[in-house]
Amino acid sequence: MTNQEIQETISKWKEGLEFSEEESEFLNLTVDKEDLREISKKLRDTPELDFDYMFCLTGIDWGEEMGVIYHLESIDKNHCMVLKVKTSDRVNPVLDTVSDIWRTAEFHEMEVFDFFGIRFAGHPNMKRLFLPPEWEGYPLRKDYEDEVNMIIK
Amino acid sequence: MEQIVNDSFKTQEYFINMGPQHPATHGVLRLILTIDGEIIKNVEPDLGYIHRSIEKMCERDSYQQIVHLTDRMDYLSAHINNEAVCLTVEKALELEVTERVKVIRTIVGELTRLASHMLWWGVMGMDLGALTSYFYAFRDREMINDIFEETCGARLTMNYNIPGGLMFDIHPNFVRRTKEFITHFRTKLPEYDKLLTGNVIFQKRTKGIGVLTREQAISYGASGPVARGSGFASDIRKRHPYSAYDRVDFKEALRTEGDNLARYKVRIDEMWESMNIIEQLIDNIPEGDYQTPTKAVIKLPKGEYYQRVETARGELGVYINSTGGKNPYRMKFRSPGFSNLSLLNEIVVGGKIGDLVATMATIDIVVPDIDR
Repeated sequence: MTNQEIQETISKWKEGLEFSEEESEFLNLTVDKEDLREISKKLRDTPELDFDYMFCLTGIDWGEEMGVIYHLESIDKNHCMVLKVKTSDRVNPVLDTVSDIWRTAEFHEMEVFDFFGIRFAGHPNMKRLFLPPEWEGYPLRKDYEDEVNMIIK
Repeated sequence: MEQIVNDSFKTQEYFINMGPQHPATHGVLRLILTIDGEIIKNVEPDLGYIHRSIEKMCERDSYQQIVHLTDRMDYLSAHINNEAVCLTVEKALELEVTERVKVIRTIVGELTRLASHMLWWGVMGMDLGALTSYFYAFRDREMINDIFEETCGARLTMNYNIPGGLMFDIHPNFVRRTKEFITHFRTKLPEYDKLLTGNVIFQKRTKGIGVLTREQAISYGASGPVARGSGFASDIRKRHPYSAYDRVDFKEALRTEGDNLARYKVRIDEMWESMNIIEQLIDNIPEGDYQTPTKAVIKLPKGEYYQRVETARGELGVYINSTGGKNPYRMKFRSPGFSNLSLLNEIVVGGKIGDLVATMATIDIVVPDIDR
């Protein structure tokens, strides 16, 4: 399917979905965090979309907001798209897990929690993956400072 | 009577550590195993022993510097990792590299894949107790390392790619020595089969062990030989061709059994295909520049860029989020080993602890690739 057709199929599900193709090679869809699980399930299970392969999951800190970027692909249909979800809560950010929809998300979400501190509700094993449990702070956040190990300009 | 026997042989679940210093983990990886007798009940990897936070370092470095960090991830696919970053930067700058660069990158990339698969074959035999394979593989791999050393000065972490092309032109001996190597290895690869593949002990330890289905492979984001051993045609060289892969004719190695032997055979088949690819390109390396000049300080236009390449272990993805400055705002590496490790629990639970070593060997884990 072309990006246009994907966009038409998805916009039937819900009104006011935010699509964008600017500054990216993929079709980007930004969803509210309440809709994340429902839309993810539909993306995987709708036969003509069939996004069964998640090839990347990236945590990101935009400054005011934090969020997750999901890169999705359909193996049989051979099309890709990007799903984004944001949260403005920096103290206790929580998003829904998609690790039961795409199993690869399980480890990736642990990595995001480790470095950004975003908790994933419903994740089977929500804990730090790389850093020791007693580590303070979330290193990939833009406001993280470590006077010992970082060169702060 | 049965009751008495069952009571007196009652077993109990317990924990055992495999690693962080275990010969079969090929690096500093600790697996926390829950076992009942010899049966594995659960595997939990404990990561981070050699995490260097390359993604955070990238946010501080220039794009030329970032290239040199990436061959410390999957050090056996160093050239392909470098290529991935260079392709992303070139994509963002809309910079077209010369045909010569594309062909040389592809040839060196395939030599890297061969060297990586040889090392994997050697240590796979060693993991299963067949020490000879290690010496066979390292003897042949040395020839590739010598070619690399002559052309780019390094044997492992090569740093041969730069945004816009290559750091140097190929050495005058490159073509001759590569051809010599291919002729040599075409006679040696059948010996690998004779030595290990047909061995009864080897077959018993791999056939039907660690079975991964195609659906599991897709859901767990498996890639590379792990996915292709389960019939999932995931090869990025075919699906999203880059460099010179669109003009070479090669078969994607596929097996459907999904067990250790299938993953093993996929890698052996891939070695043959890599030699085919190199032979198609080595005689007609186009003339031209080996570098397209870039500015001393590279600034990427605002936006998001993603590039996928096929390393020896599977799909490497590079994500760059740029705000227009000389450093990336956020850089992410989707490493193949990370996703391939996540499915370990799925395929070893219920099996014997001895088979875990064989399964780990066919997943072909490189720990710095996981601990980026």
